[in-house]
Amino acid sequence: MKSFTYEKAASPAAAADAAARTEGAKFIAGGTNLLDLMKLEIEAPTHLVDVNGLALDTIEETPAGGLRIGALVRNTDLAADNRVRRDYAVLSRALLSGASGQLRNKATTAGNLLQRTRCPYFYDTDQPCNKRRPGSGCGALDGYSRQHAVVGASAACIATHPSDMAVAMRLLDATVETVRPDGETRSLPVADLHRLPGDTPEIETALAPGELITAVTLPAPLGGTHFYRKVRDRASYAFALVSVAAVVQADGTGRVALGGVAHKPWRIAAAEAELPRGAKPVADALLAQARPTKDNDFKLPLVQRTLAAVLAEARG
Amino acid sequence: MQGPNDVTRRDVLAAGAATVAGTLAPTGAQAQSGQGAPPAAPSASGAGASPQPARAAVSLKVNGTVRDLDLDTRTTLLDALREHLHLTGTKKGCDHGQCGACTVIVEGRRINSCLSLAVMHDGDSVTTIEGLGTPEALHPMQAAFVAHDGYQCGYCTPGQICSAVAVLDEIKAGIPSHVSADLTAAPEPSADEVRERMSGNICRCGAYSNIVEAITEIAGRPA
Ligand SMILES: Cc1cc2nc3c(=O)[nH]c(=O)nc-3n(C[C@H](O)[C@H](O)[C@H](O)COP(=O)(O)OP(=O)(O)OC[C@H]3O[C@@H](n4cnc5c(N)ncnc54)[C@H](O)[C@@H]3O)c2cc1C
Ligand code: SF4
Ligand code: FES
Ligand code: FES
Repeated sequence: MKSFTYEKAASPAAAADAAARTEGAKFIAGGTNLLDLMKLEIEAPTHLVDVNGLALDTIEETPAGGLRIGALVRNTDLAADNRVRRDYAVLSRALLSGASGQLRNKATTAGNLLQRTRCPYFYDTDQPCNKRRPGSGCGALDGYSRQHAVVGASAACIATHPSDMAVAMRLLDATVETVRPDGETRSLPVADLHRLPGDTPEIETALAPGELITAVTLPAPLGGTHFYRKVRDRASYAFALVSVAAVVQADGTGRVALGGVAHKPWRIAAAEAELPRGAKPVADALLAQARPTKDNDFKLPLVQRTLAAVLAEARG
Repeated sequence: MQGPNDVTRRDVLAAGAATVAGTLAPTGAQAQSGQGAPPAAPSASGAGASPQPARAAVSLKVNGTVRDLDLDTRTTLLDALREHLHLTGTKKGCDHGQCGACTVIVEGRRINSCLSLAVMHDGDSVTTIEGLGTPEALHPMQAAFVAHDGYQCGYCTPGQICSAVAVLDEIKAGIPSHVSADLTAAPEPSADEVRERMSGNICRCGAYSNIVEAITEIAGRPA
């Protein structure tokens, strides 16, 4: 690990300012992703701005009937919140399917959204990786790509976004609130937070340098039946090969988003319109642009079958 | 008979841990961390980019005692406990949040001490395996692990036990899990729940079934 200086931020604006002022600075929240990467020197911040002291750890009801979730609310606490369990079960389920109890106790809402890919070539500093070292090539493209993206990828990068929570947030049309180093605040749909890799896989989000996430807001509850079905190599404590987040209404309409298939949570309006017609047309629409590799083409039928299982359960 | 056997085994485990700490751990830890950065003295390794690695004063309340430390900012909570406070009961397995050997209880919650910086815990209360019980007065969870043979080599055991104690608190607090059928109901300390909640603690010896028995026995006991 490279040496770094450390400060505890006193306010959100001060945190953003501190991060922008020091070249190579990064925020640290739970640290469960950043420290892992710092140990491997994949991340090498020169200065850490610890945001844990900021009072961003509450969940409040909004005037619009939704919830405003502080950036520092721990994954455990978000999943266990009674309002989330009752009205946004897909979010509780997604969180509880991720990582371990120990990790969820530390992991924060913002940190979870901003966790980096689990591509093994990204993690192995001896391998080429355009995300880690722009221009060095993509080790996964001609390598072993079982876990990688089947849709929305590029010739530069076929990594997936590993977060389960983000898939539920996308399904729920969550909004991300931020403060920038100049003190300006803004909000952006979580749909616009993560980028597709394109030619610049190293640029992963729409956030500006030093921009701090302060909260994530959920609109009013959708009703319906909530599902988060995660398919993985072990029954617990493993990243998704494919995951399906869905809210299905009594009339068969609803929403669906996929995890484990793309560089960001994958949701397409045209696919949702097909929901009353069953899993195949939904999967076809979601994956119309799919370009799987020889190692991960199993994800296409897996998405359809997982969707079919979810819709069967929704019908009861 | 409440075994002299059991006590002997516990003593052997404790002695084993101390020996490992004194002789094998530094090499083992280096090999597993994959960085070649000795956890004992990162500042002396020359690995840092800056000639003067940053340091910070950190005060931890460990097992009830306040301990003041002056640490390289890179020091994880795990290394602070093991290398600086010589509390070698907490183990380093993977050093990357994947195995749970380093599990300790901070401010009442279990975390992976390898994925947390000591400086981020200034002022926090930390409970390690040494603080749960003593060889003379085992914590009930420690005694249950002994009674059920919830280990073979014992390396994962301190993390398993710290995790298990916190798991039962989490169930009592009503925190649901991936296998809770009804999200809005209070979770039960069933074997399925225990298995899911303990999935962050890997046991290479595969003592899982005995570990689950030990924990469910304690869970079933009226508090
Ligand atoms: C063994 C293991 C298994 C895992 N399994 C899963 C899994 O199955 N599913 C899953 O979804 N996740 C999984 N994870 C990942 C885990 O969910 C993330 O590590 C965690 O959510 C990150 O949150 P954090 O608060 O610890 O982030 P940190 O590590 O503190 O930060 C992550 C990033 O976010 C930035 N950041 C943090 N807070 C802010 C903020 N407020 N504003 C702007 N930037 C910020 C940091 O600078 C950093 O770049 C696993 C992790 C491990 C180690
Ligand atoms: S898929 Fe992306 S993250 Fe993985 S090696 Fe290629 S460029 Fe790097
Ligand atoms: S040593 Fe911390 S989880 Fe393995
Ligand atoms: S007892 Fe050996 S690793 Fe668990």
